[in-house]
Amino acid sequence: MNAVLSLWRTLRRPSGSFALGFLVMGGFIAGIVFWGAFNTAVEITNTETFCVSCHEMRENVFVELKPTIHYTNRSGVRATCPDCHVPHGWTDKMARKMAASKEVWGKIFGTISTREKFLDKRRELAQREWSRLKANNSLECRNCHNLDYMDFTRQSVRAAETHERFLDSGEKTCIDCHKGIAHKLPDMTGIEGWN
Amino acid sequence: MIRILAILCVVGGLASDALADEEVIATLRGATISEAPEAPPMAKIANKDLLRTRNYPEQPPSIPHKIDGYQVDLNSNRCMSCHSRVATGQSQAPMVSITHFMDRDGQFLASISPRRYFCNQCHVVQTEAQPLVANDFVDIDSLLAGQGQAEPQ
Repeated sequence: MNAVLSLWRTLRRPSGSFALGFLVMGGFIAGIVFWGAFNTAVEITNTETFCVSCHEMRENVFVELKPTIHYTNRSGVRATCPDCHVPHGWTDKMARKMAASKEVWGKIFGTISTREKFLDKRRELAQREWSRLKANNSLECRNCHNLDYMDFTRQSVRAAETHERFLDSGEKTCIDCHKGIAHKLPDMTGIEGWN
Repeated sequence: MIRILAILCVVGGLASDALADEEVIATLRGATISEAPEAPPMAKIANKDLLRTRNYPEQPPSIPHKIDGYQVDLNSNRCMSCHSRVATGQSQAPMVSITHFMDRDGQFLASISPRRYFCNQCHVVQTEAQPLVANDFVDIDSLLAGQGQAEPQ
């Protein structure tokens, strides 16, 4: 009992038992350690391995990604799940991670635990991603695809003209036209640009 | 001695005949039937956006661009996001023919008829590959002009 009481006293007023310098330095070092651990943990959740560890991702969207150019192509540069679905900047990433806690909820309650449930919900899920990319001006696309370095002369005539008219002018953003490039599309009835 | 030479000639002639026959048969494959030849490199899809002349008026025009990953199924039709009536203003792509709006009774619908929905049933891309065999097709104009008549079979 006495031991517990003295521990409590020390925790309540640590400056009574330890030197101030020791406490400041200790707090500083502990801060580094905790910060590092937090960041490492977040980065672990930011890998493709983590994403496809759930069958919902592995058997639906990941399978669909595999034949697309963002997974396999001539130069071997590829995009992983978080490259497109998690912002790279720290603040936006944390905001996205907090929003993604709903996905943990969905996992626990099996919201898309079967193929049928997933297909029924696909349009809602896809629309959420489209509006996110629309709102941030296709930021995740632009992490790799930069208009300033796009050589229109190396694109097909059709692509070059369209990019010049709509992308260069800022009239449209990537996701307005490039929907369904990495995953299959849901029912597109009523979606702008799909007739 | 002369007799031996004659036999050799005959045998040699037969062998070269057999070789020639084999070559004719194996043209497309590039090897005898017992061999597994190396696959030819995959031909690139022509992507120049230049319309091609149709060989006859009813020919479905071939697609002059790549269609990699274009989803045409119950959920969506990627072709129609450029080639539909309402999209052509923005896309500057040719509108699908009005015949595609007709149902089987000859009634015009508001947009493409379900029986014309799957574009790739008739319209296909072309690759830059060289034809494996020569084609002696003669189009109607040349035929009427009396040129390039098909050789009697």
